Amino acid sequence: MVDIRIPIGLMFSILGVLITTYGIFTVSDAGMYQKSLGINVNIIMGLIMLIFGILMLLSSKKKKKYNNK
Amino acid sequence: MKVELSWIDYSIIMIYFIFVLAIGWFLRKYMKNANAFLEAGRSIPAWVAGLAFISTNLGALEVMGMAGSGMKYGMLQTHFYWIGAIPAMIFLALFMMPFYYGSKARSVPEFLKLRFDEKTRGLNAILFAVMTILASGISMYALAILMENVLGWDYNLSLWLSAIIVLVYTYLGGLSSAIYNEVLQFFIIIIGLLPLVFLSLMDVGGWGGLKEGLEPIAAAGGYAPDAWTTTWKYTSNIHQNPMGVEWFGILFGLGFVLSFGYWCTNFLIVQRAFAAESKIAARKVPLIGAFPKMFLPFLIIVPGIIALVLFNDPSKNFILPLDTAGNPIYDYTIIMLLKQYLPAGVLGLGITALLASFMSGMAGNVSAFNTVWTYDIYQSYIRKRTDNAEADDKHYLNVGKITTIAGVLLSIAAAYIASKFGNIMDFLQTIFSMINAPLFAVIFLGMFWKRTTGHAAFTGLLTGFLIALAHHGLTAPEGANTLFKGGWLGHIHTYPVEMAQNFWTAIIAFSVSAILTVGLSLMTKKTKSDDELKGLVYSLTPHEVDKDLPWHKRPASLAIIVGIICIVLSIIFW
Repeated sequence: MVDIRIPIGLMFSILGVLITTYGIFTVSDAGMYQKSLGINVNIIMGLIMLIFGILMLLSSKKKKKYNNK
Repeated sequence: MKVELSWIDYSIIMIYFIFVLAIGWFLRKYMKNANAFLEAGRSIPAWVAGLAFISTNLGALEVMGMAGSGMKYGMLQTHFYWIGAIPAMIFLALFMMPFYYGSKARSVPEFLKLRFDEKTRGLNAILFAVMTILASGISMYALAILMENVLGWDYNLSLWLSAIIVLVYTYLGGLSSAIYNEVLQFFIIIIGLLPLVFLSLMDVGGWGGLKEGLEPIAAAGGYAPDAWTTTWKYTSNIHQNPMGVEWFGILFGLGFVLSFGYWCTNFLIVQRAFAAESKIAARKVPLIGAFPKMFLPFLIIVPGIIALVLFNDPSKNFILPLDTAGNPIYDYTIIMLLKQYLPAGVLGLGITALLASFMSGMAGNVSAFNTVWTYDIYQSYIRKRTDNAEADDKHYLNVGKITTIAGVLLSIAAAYIASKFGNIMDFLQTIFSMINAPLFAVIFLGMFWKRTTGHAAFTGLLTGFLIALAHHGLTAPEGANTLFKGGWLGHIHTYPVEMAQNFWTAIIAFSVSAILTVGLSLMTKKTKSDDELKGLVYSLTPHEVDKDLPWHKRPASLAIIVGIICIVLSIIFW
């Protein structure tokens, strides 16, 4: 059956890139980040999601290799 | 009070929708027979089923309600996660799963049929089917009304759109699709709510600052300064803790009857373990689910507690809408916190988390309803199996698919009834939550005492339910202004709070049901032979030997780790 780690990994990687990029483009908008106590949460969460997404994809690859042996 | 979303937030929601539907689309080609569609072919790995197990429980009402209750009761609410879930999950994994999974029953009602008789199955199947549809309708209503009030989305549009997305992916991929999506939804819920916890905690000055901020609020309410940050400390007297319950009610009512009734017998939850790929995997499912379960309070209850401090500090500008009586509407806590702290981008992620929690809950209801309707009602009473297994399989697959559509449409209808008669729906939900207590008594006796008979089980189940109903009708919580809260038959006792009434309803229903089932079993004839009960009753089943597994792969070792973490958490927040 389908390995669920692939769609999860893909979705989080795409969302991660999108949110990080958005965070970079809005970096000078201090008013917007006043809510989040001056922290650019978009860049932080975006990167966390990207890393999580890539880890999910890598672990599904590893499993495949193992299964092929 | 409105929250404005920007294009980035809508893009995040859209990407989530696309992935949810795509999972259903890729699974559709595996849906060749009824078994694949309704039981996920019993092929789901333990970790996937384990996360789905928790995700199904993490519906929209749970997320919204738990944050609101955190604001009302503080850390006491963690009783629903630690004492009120973990012991039951461990018991289910170690002692009940071998019989559930080993019996090859496809649902909890079917287990009742194998262990007892047809009438016990029928009673449970019908009650369960009605309850599931109602629960799904109520959560749909709650979500749509929230989206309308806060995001300005049209009520009908959000109701139909979210229902149709759930319908499409469960129709295409059946239980597998529901389970796979629940795992995806689980991660989205965690990641979407994560920034909220950190930002709100930072804002009030960390855990220490939160405690300090709560002191004057607790004192003003007449409680000890740490009443909101402790769990057991003030439970010796109902007037000393904001929840208004004492330790016995928590330990026995919540920790034993309600929790074992919910986690060990509710097919909605247990179905995820039934779908596991092997018996050993099925036994690990609740334990794997227990790990995230123990830490969820930090994600959804703690922000609720922080909201109480914010609400009492005018400089924070934290607003919570008020109801007509002037009390804050606690269910709005989580979304108002999202508005308070999250800028565009992560805000979309937070809203997606709420949508995901709604969908995981609803898909759980739909897939469980589907299986019970198709196997326990349709196959048992409407069209029985014939000699042609192949044609039968095709037929039941089609029935399952049609039931998915019907289930979603019925939920939508229930949501509209809820929007017209909200009180009746709340009342029905309270009543139905009581059917699990007698059900646990009956299944427990059935599994561990071979003498339990079918007639006794049926009577115990029915009487337990009626007693629960009667108890609710004869008692009321203090200050109840509507008969939906109780007292509609008369008035013999007043509970200080609604929660105490619920705990005692469950305790009484369970006790009556257990005593009656034992008594009647001794008086009635045992109709099933020991041979027929093999694999269904503890004393007649060869014991599981896990000795060939390395220690770290045994369910028992996993259970010990879960138990230790849970005890440590309880001591830290005593």
